Amino acid sequence: MGNASQSIWGSMQSKGYSRRDFLQFCAVAATMAGLGREGVGEVVSAFDRKAKPPVVWMHFQECTCCSESFLRASHPIVADVLLDVLSLNYTETLQAASGFQAEKCLNDTIQNNKGKYIVLVEGAVPLHDDGVYCMIGGRTAESILHEVAKDAAAVIAWGSCASNGCVQAAKPNPTGATPIQKLVDVPVINVPGCPPIADVMMAVVTHLVVLGQIPSLDDQGRPKEFYSRRVHDTCYRRANYDAGLFVESFDDENARKGYCLYKVGCKGPVTYNACSVVKWNEGTSYPIQSGHGCIGCSEAGFWDKGPFYQHLPSFPGFGIESTADTVGAAVGLVTLAGVAAHAVMTNVRKKKIISEVHEDDQPEV
Amino acid sequence: MATRIVVDPITRIEGHLRIEATVENGVITDAWSAGTMVRGLEKILQGRDPRDAWAITERVCGVCTSIHALASVRAVEDAIGTTVPHTAELIRNIMQTTQYVQDHVVHFYHLHALDWVDIVNALKADPVKTATLAQSLSQWDKNTPSHFMDVQRKITTFANSGMGIFANGYWGHPAYKLPPEANLLAVAHYLDALEWQKEIVKIHAVFGGKNPHPNFLVGGVPCSINIEEVNAINSERLNLVKSLIDQADEFVHQVYLPDLLAVASFYKDWTEIGGGLTNYLSYGEFPTQGYGNPDKFKYARGVVLNRDLTTVHPVNPRDSQEIKEYIAHSWYAYSEGEHVGLHPWAGETNIQYAGPKPPFTTLEGYEKYSFLKTPRWKEQPMEVGPLARLIVSYAAGHTDVQELVKDTLGRLQAPQGALFSTLGRTAARGLDAKLAVDWLKEFYGELMQRVMTNQVSTFNNEKWEPSSWPIQAEGVGLVEAPRGALAHWIRIRDGRIDNYQLVVPTTWNGSPRDVNQMRSAFEASLIGTPVKNLEQPVEILRTIHSFDPCLACAVHLYDTEGKHLHQVHVE
Repeated sequence: MGNASQSIWGSMQSKGYSRRDFLQFCAVAATMAGLGREGVGEVVSAFDRKAKPPVVWMHFQECTCCSESFLRASHPIVADVLLDVLSLNYTETLQAASGFQAEKCLNDTIQNNKGKYIVLVEGAVPLHDDGVYCMIGGRTAESILHEVAKDAAAVIAWGSCASNGCVQAAKPNPTGATPIQKLVDVPVINVPGCPPIADVMMAVVTHLVVLGQIPSLDDQGRPKEFYSRRVHDTCYRRANYDAGLFVESFDDENARKGYCLYKVGCKGPVTYNACSVVKWNEGTSYPIQSGHGCIGCSEAGFWDKGPFYQHLPSFPGFGIESTADTVGAAVGLVTLAGVAAHAVMTNVRKKKIISEVHEDDQPEV
Repeated sequence: MATRIVVDPITRIEGHLRIEATVENGVITDAWSAGTMVRGLEKILQGRDPRDAWAITERVCGVCTSIHALASVRAVEDAIGTTVPHTAELIRNIMQTTQYVQDHVVHFYHLHALDWVDIVNALKADPVKTATLAQSLSQWDKNTPSHFMDVQRKITTFANSGMGIFANGYWGHPAYKLPPEANLLAVAHYLDALEWQKEIVKIHAVFGGKNPHPNFLVGGVPCSINIEEVNAINSERLNLVKSLIDQADEFVHQVYLPDLLAVASFYKDWTEIGGGLTNYLSYGEFPTQGYGNPDKFKYARGVVLNRDLTTVHPVNPRDSQEIKEYIAHSWYAYSEGEHVGLHPWAGETNIQYAGPKPPFTTLEGYEKYSFLKTPRWKEQPMEVGPLARLIVSYAAGHTDVQELVKDTLGRLQAPQGALFSTLGRTAARGLDAKLAVDWLKEFYGELMQRVMTNQVSTFNNEKWEPSSWPIQAEGVGLVEAPRGALAHWIRIRDGRIDNYQLVVPTTWNGSPRDVNQMRSAFEASLIGTPVKNLEQPVEILRTIHSFDPCLACAVHLYDTEGKHLHQVHVE
């Protein structure tokens, strides 16, 4: 089917874009990746020499909300990414081929691009009972994951299922649902959330395929770019919290004034995510803005930290006298300490692997 | 001689589905539908706060997001005996009709179209002629030569740099019948629909904070309305919703429906294929005077048997003799044996995998072959979905449905019997989207009336505290999901979930045979389907996709208290 490794600049040239258009696109991509203007040179070189990277999207124990979220991206829109930025060669949700033709798409990609393809995983992998609780093409998810991840340049674990097991791993975890990082021996970027925010997904992919770098990760393997602040810290209702103005019951007078949702169970004080900054659906809203507390869907084990409408001080594991703030601070300190230790060990190794991959990747136009 | 073919994975669906079929002289003579993934959510629900159940069950499916949340809050409200304010019901209706429209458009263009549309053939089209064709079908302002030229250039470049998601399709198969211009039209609208679908779901973000998986609330909806306040649903938010509804209205009427009719007109032979079952079940939907008053729903509740449109049989989800689930061919065990059926309130979910040890190449010879149970209504298999909704409402005398169906059949010059087919199912989904967007406008208008008269309560807190509930309670929540009849059954004890069971649309449609060897809808509809090329069974995809399968929904059961399978746990 023609030259599969055309560079992104080559692809844009053949569509009639000028060099000037190209540089503008790179500037936007750089800003999106948090590089600022000084990063533009780096982005241009990545685009120039890099072919459209082959990508496969695996579906295991999941509900497809991550795929659906990805489709909601607004910058860039998903059609442009699928046509121009990536070569998405396998995804059970969208691909034309079924059955053995679909399996051929997957096998060809991993055989012909050893060490150069990216694996996106949606879903957890069940380990109980020889893995029979998720089978595709007569094979277990576990065996497929091992085969696909073995020669991958990097793995992105989409959403809470792949990052920390999510709902099927909630107690009593009947099928032995297991997150991806526990099963593979390649770098895994965790992008938790149920689902993750569309434009965060897009930004993480762009960071990887455009910059050729794994973004800085915290101790849980999450990009610091989007998971280093608590929802509470950046919430526009935070001033109400500080002033002691709380919703006591849904749709009471205080709810109609948009007071803080802490007393009706908001988990924003213990949840690291970008919801209150990036927001959802092209910045339309986020849960708190629409009147419901954060349920903490990007935190490991959040299903077992409920009930959702019980407010935090009586949260299991914290003293009754704790305020949301001291709880949040304690969690924050642990995370930061972990980040420092972890960054030295893993990020250096991962960046090295990724840069080696891209050095091999010569332009063909 | 019969040949057994396997299609696994079936792509462009939600979840993990395997189809095996025997083909004899180019026609399918038997079929087996297998769900091959299970998560165990019903077990996970046990012991939790019933008010949290909407969030857990919403994660059953991210494609039909919000639908399980609605079924769950209805089930809990039914159990604890509370009702929601009318304004909250309107917001729920707005969110649900939004879901219908988004889901159906995405299904048509992104999941189903490539069964009918040859994307490679679109490269041969003349963009000017394509624009002429498009303008003859609708007045959408993007139907211009330059738009189609641009799309064709994009796709050409794409094809020359590897085919990505379109690789290894059945392109060039003789079953593709559209002329190049119609193919290009559909491909252009595939991309346009992809861009548009992210807009309409902003309605979910306004009222529910996000999409996928917006927030719900037992007793109402979580958002508050206050037109004097920036921190609530105010005029700006309502204007945003209005503009999104206007866009949706345009997309459905100027793009989706014209394309659907145009494509259908080339495939009229598919009105005689894929009919399958002759029974149709709908729970009815869109309360206009309260959820407890189904006679005033937009869609009727009931069953049509044997395609007899003169009678609608009443459905009672509480009657232990009506809806039952069987496991004769499913990987489960019941304490009373293989042959009984259990009503969901008494449901058991003990998994017992009895298939081949993976990796395997076929399920042939295995009595049990799926993680789906087999639901029956009064022992009869039922088709559910948009077609079933239309048929039941048609039979119940809903004139809006009758007129729309007759008008569409007239345009296609097709008889009433054409409905009962693969193409009928696909067309019904389009009509369902049209009705949904019309009702969406109506519900929005009514919401504005409520806002104008300051009837803005969105939450009933009378039964919020579990201390106000009976010690034991049971409830059922019925929803017409985009894919059909969905119900959640809950039993509450001491403020906690004692038992929770879901019977979902794809379980009705995609389940294995029942104890009497009667096939469910997927399997029944495949029999008699022609397969020209065993290596490229596009015909199987057409019929299976016409149901819009959702396997994560269909399989969600498991109970560790039951017998574990006799295999050794391997780390």
